[in-house]
Amino acid sequence: MSRPSAVGLTTGNAPLPDFPQLRTCPYQPPPGYRDLRLTEGPVVRARLYDGRPTWVVLGHAVARELLIDPRLSSDWGRPDFPSPSPRRKAIQKSTMLIGMDPPEHSAYRRRVIPSFSVRRTRELGESIHRRAGELVDALLEQGPPAEILRGLALPLSSHTICAILGVPYEDHAYFEEQSAMLVSSQVSEEDATGALMNLRDYLTSLVDRKEKESEPGEGLLDTLVHKDLADGSLSRDEVIGLGIILLMAGHETTASMITLSTFTLLQNPSQLEAFRNDPDGAGPAVEELLRYLSIGDVAMRIAAEDMTIGDAHIKAGDSVMLSAAEINRDPEAFEDPDVLDLGRGARHHLAFGYGVHQCVGQNLARAQMQSALTLLFSRIPGLRLAVPAEEVEIKPAQSGVQGIYELPVAW
Amino acid sequence: MRIVADSGRCIGAGQCVLTAPDLFDQDEDGLVVLLTGSVATEADAELARSAEHLCPAAALRVTSGTDDAEGQPGA
Ligand code: SF4
Repeated sequence: MSRPSAVGLTTGNAPLPDFPQLRTCPYQPPPGYRDLRLTEGPVVRARLYDGRPTWVVLGHAVARELLIDPRLSSDWGRPDFPSPSPRRKAIQKSTMLIGMDPPEHSAYRRRVIPSFSVRRTRELGESIHRRAGELVDALLEQGPPAEILRGLALPLSSHTICAILGVPYEDHAYFEEQSAMLVSSQVSEEDATGALMNLRDYLTSLVDRKEKESEPGEGLLDTLVHKDLADGSLSRDEVIGLGIILLMAGHETTASMITLSTFTLLQNPSQLEAFRNDPDGAGPAVEELLRYLSIGDVAMRIAAEDMTIGDAHIKAGDSVMLSAAEINRDPEAFEDPDVLDLGRGARHHLAFGYGVHQCVGQNLARAQMQSALTLLFSRIPGLRLAVPAEEVEIKPAQSGVQGIYELPVAW
Repeated sequence: MRIVADSGRCIGAGQCVLTAPDLFDQDEDGLVVLLTGSVATEADAELARSAEHLCPAAALRVTSGTDDAEGQPGA
């Protein structure tokens, strides 16, 4: 018996394909996934960076089925929980909220969802829109060339996280600087770790300060401190941990979506034209960009029990990975899936995941994208790339969030 | 046609409110609230089914019962 676990849907002893694979175009899924889906179906066998075999889900219907199946666990605390890259493996150690199963996960999630409700998002929408406007004005004032990630996308997502958490305005700059450093792929691993430590220290002192206030403020940390910490249902570490995970989860992803959407629209002039001419079209446009770009590409699970899905016989302990990018290009779920069609109006994409882990901040992400893109393209009508498109550098898949390092523009 | 919402399963993603603001709301805790238990028009039924499909937590069920009928008829 040499490799019993490698028996899957691949025929014979051909080596398993790698997962994840690299994007060759910033806004297209890795081309290898398409070939796999076409030749082997919606659930295929592949191999992770450490040699471990994994199931990879590439089809929409089966992904929906699996993502609500309680037999698939998200518990990052399991010693054999799989990881798509060494870097992700390192991050998986701080597991609050994302890497947990119900009922533990549900208990944490319940504490944070009031801060992300549709109503709360609408309330915050105004301040997001105002901030986006200020940032676009600053770009205009500074004049071309400008850079979208650092000039607009990152500061806007920092602003939003500050508002959600209840970070006081006078600390804004420090918080923004450290959080931008934490998620920027251009700083060294060391600087990123340093920024994470600074943020943890900062949040610790903020929690201390909030504890002394007699009246709680509006932010999520205020609620957690005055309710859950006060009645002992959450520890200080848990409150800080939730703050950190929300910061990390919402920051880079949203910034990346704004930057990559700008790039994609600039590369699709007719769609950009349609976007500019339709003041009510921002909602559906953002939905389509989310589907098309699918930047949070890889979801990881581990089978807690044996299960059979179609032809796939998944065994307890098997790794299961899902590629949102390819799932969102499944022709059985989306007509002409490779066409960017801002008027498509399809909201059943899995860009925010599906099941109990579906992104809690999704409506805030939508609000930020809508404001940033609408204001950017209306106030700077002559916006264009400042470098040839081929020179826009793609982040490697290992970072976990697809995107580009920077987007230099001019007008 | 009836809508049933299980707030015990709800994870507060708000897909229902975004899809059909006349049928669903979120309470103070961010959990789903039904604004009406039954839908009369085909347009609303369509929206309700769409919300059922989009809900990530399988917390909504749209059944074919009429107004005050208890759930599904028969059996
Ligand atoms: S869509 Fe589902 S999970 Fe989201 S708020 Fe509505 S019922 Fe709850």
